[in-house]
Amino acid sequence: MIALDGNAIAGDLIEVFGVDLTAATCMCASCGTSGFFAEAVVYMRGPGRVARCRACGELLFVLVTIRNITCVDLRGVVGLQPST
Amino acid sequence: MVEDVAETARTTSIALDAVDWPGHLAGQHVDVRLTAEDGYQAQRSYSIASAPEDEHLVITVQRLDDGEVSPYLTETLVPGDELELRGPIGGYFVWREALGGPLLLVAGGAGVVPLRAILRHHRAVASEIPVRLLYSARTGADLIYRAELDGHDTIITLTDEQPPEWDGRTGRIDSAFLAETAWPAAERPLVYICGPTGFVEAIADALVTLGHDPSRIRTERFGPT
Repeated sequence: MIALDGNAIAGDLIEVFGVDLTAATCMCASCGTSGFFAEAVVYMRGPGRVARCRACGELLFVLVTIRNITCVDLRGVVGLQPST
Repeated sequence: MVEDVAETARTTSIALDAVDWPGHLAGQHVDVRLTAEDGYQAQRSYSIASAPEDEHLVITVQRLDDGEVSPYLTETLVPGDELELRGPIGGYFVWREALGGPLLLVAGGAGVVPLRAILRHHRAVASEIPVRLLYSARTGADLIYRAELDGHDTIITLTDEQPPEWDGRTGRIDSAFLAETAWPAAERPLVYICGPTGFVEAIADALVTLGHDPSRIRTERFGPT
């Protein structure tokens, strides 16, 4: 499967968080690298949309939409810095 | 929908009169949601092709033969029809004049769409920031907005097949191509790359190898979803 990036799920993130997160930076819980949400490696197919760290490949977060309710599991994100 | 314009055999620009549209920034996208009579929904993201200053909101859609949304948008939708939109979306792959430049835009195929919005915005605000577009397409018939791009500092390369009269560049945009055509790293250009995943990553890696600051490179990858 070809990965896209965080831009591809920006609309879903707005629906959940109420603000655009693509220009926010998030820190990977595994390797500590900080990067823009937009730069995350995102896999769109499958039951959920999976975002992985561009530096180490570990899981950052998963978005799953069931019956129009989107759930976000941010288990791989330790820090979130809004855009300035 | 107000109007549709065939850009190439596979791409169509769709002008929309968006109700309650809050305005957008050049480079943003919009999500289009279709709902079937049985309630089944399909949603896709499309880059906005128009400048914020343009009269209508325009998206340019590439038809994927096995797609769920693009065949409807390019073949079935007619002026007067309504679409459900969500947006504008994106705060990262956007350009406004305050971000400065010089501006280097690199497009692979339909990746030219959000970059055309940036070019139109740049022109609409009469920006004096230098801007150059590097645009890679497979064949001459795949070039979108060709007439409009002629008036800009645009370098086009055709990778797979060139028309007989073609005197432009051929082959992929690689390190040597970028060394020759991109603003030098010392000028700290602000770079926007949009295209298929492999294209974007090859260009971004080549620019970093040429000494460009990764924090000055913004990327957007697209593909069938």
